Amino acid sequence: MTTAMNDDKVSGLSMGYRTRRFLGSLLPHLVLLSYAVIVLFPIIMIIINSFKDRKAIFGMPFQIPNAETFSLIGYETVLERSNFQVYFMNSIIITVTALVLTLLIGAMAAFALAEYPFPGNALLGLYLAIGIMIPIRLGTVGILKLMVNFNLVNTLTGLILIYIAQALPLTIFILSQFFRQVPKELKDAARIDGASEYRVFTLVVPLVRPALGAIGIFTMIPIWNDLWFPLVVAPGSKTATVTLGVQQFLGQFVSDWNAVLSSLTLAMVPILIFYLIFSRQLIRGVTAGAIK
Amino acid sequence: MEKKQHRKPFPFHILVFLAPAVIIYTLFMVYPLLDSLRLSFFTTSEQNQEIFAGIQNYITLFTDSNYAPRFWGALKNNLIFFAIHMVVQNSIGLLLAALLASGLRGSSIYRTVLFMPTVLSVVIIGFIWQLILNPLWGVSESILQAVGLESLFKPWLGLPDTALITVSLISVWQFVGIPMILFFAALIGIPEELMEAARVDGASGWQTFWRIKFPLILPTVGIVAILTFVGNFNAFDLIYTMKGANAGPDFATDIMGTLFYRTFFGQQLQLGNPTMGATVAAMMFLIILTGVLIYMFLFQRRIQTVEM
Repeated sequence: MTTAMNDDKVSGLSMGYRTRRFLGSLLPHLVLLSYAVIVLFPIIMIIINSFKDRKAIFGMPFQIPNAETFSLIGYETVLERSNFQVYFMNSIIITVTALVLTLLIGAMAAFALAEYPFPGNALLGLYLAIGIMIPIRLGTVGILKLMVNFNLVNTLTGLILIYIAQALPLTIFILSQFFRQVPKELKDAARIDGASEYRVFTLVVPLVRPALGAIGIFTMIPIWNDLWFPLVVAPGSKTATVTLGVQQFLGQFVSDWNAVLSSLTLAMVPILIFYLIFSRQLIRGVTAGAIK
Repeated sequence: MEKKQHRKPFPFHILVFLAPAVIIYTLFMVYPLLDSLRLSFFTTSEQNQEIFAGIQNYITLFTDSNYAPRFWGALKNNLIFFAIHMVVQNSIGLLLAALLASGLRGSSIYRTVLFMPTVLSVVIIGFIWQLILNPLWGVSESILQAVGLESLFKPWLGLPDTALITVSLISVWQFVGIPMILFFAALIGIPEELMEAARVDGASGWQTFWRIKFPLILPTVGIVAILTFVGNFNAFDLIYTMKGANAGPDFATDIMGTLFYRTFFGQQLQLGNPTMGATVAAMMFLIILTGVLIYMFLFQRRIQTVEM
């Protein structure tokens, strides 16, 4: 078996090792490039056509807009006929508030689980971890009942509370692992200096900053993109998020291609810019987590 | 609590640290979930009172001529939806990850581009593809024409035979980044010495991948499988966006998530029914729980043996 394999290799060498090596290094690029085209093509089609007039959208969909075909009519319609500014504000308020509170509350709980061996610690950790695998959506009937009872239907507060509950399990699970790695001497030194436990917590949090960053990005994306909960507990136009607002707007303006393409571009571009800025952290977050 | 630590008073700070998380999580996640499960054993009277009904809702869901075809149809479609993701999404993800991890130039640029659709909202993706596949616009037809396959073009999203496969592939297109990035992370975590040893022994790239790398990343295969499973049986947004709550044509794209929404909130002629909605959600819970338990049984055990 081994000899056969060695023979193969030898004959491969004599048959132009360099050519094979060159082809071998070209093939991965070819595959990845083709896939990149499949990924980018639809997105680029939407963006370039959103800047064209209706005739050009249908007449020459593959061309980038030129002086003759350039048009902002779609964007004008979107800005006039929808409340995009309101949607953006709602999405930003919800996402940022939920994110900050999740990180704060999650870090506190994770710190307690990692730091104090109180009775029932492991059980509480398990209880909080169940939510990692069980989607919060399955409790929608109960959540809606709760929202009605608390008068939180059609409020941003209701959505924020749901998103915090949704994000906490994974946040606590990951952060408690990071807190466990913080050297004990550091905390004990602070305690000897008379620091309270709350002070120790504020000293330790900056040490897990990279984890906070990665978790932050992972928490944000699903919240920003969620359609289900805005649709179910806050469908009113005043509380609509970008995702829900776009969904409703597109439903009304299906036949106005300029407006459809422009609203898609408006909804997509901010996220893409944000992603391009933070993509390294995001990917580093996954790889660091997986290697551990 | 523990009398042994007599120096310290009751550790109030632990309560302070834990209370906000435990309260919000319990109130907005655990309690509603348990309440939904409870509601699946009740019906509501005309005075909006809850009446215990035993397993009547489940019997209705499985056998009633209005509910049963929809439930079994959605379950079947959801299994197909999941199978397409497992086969197509996860193999493409593994292939891309293997190429990215082979240390070629520009790897980080590819990674950034290929992960891009994953961060966009499903609503946006759904509409983008609806436009691209729209015969009115004719973009996909022109592309097929360019490669001489024009005859293959059909309004895939509108035909009962192809609609489910089409939405599944659109979802694959969006989420391929997740298995890719998880496999990538696992592959670059393999110690270089192991690969070196294999190369010295004369193993080809193909052989080292399947005989050495793949067995080492098996835990990640398990994670990817369970994430796909949970995500797929909880999916809703894409089909709601592209095909509406009725998941047409003729329920061809109906999955558990859309069935849940319709049952809970109602549709054109049928009123919404919270307790039947809760019953559908309970079935989704049961399916997902079964998947998670199978995963734990298969993979957690295997990881333990590897570690030993």
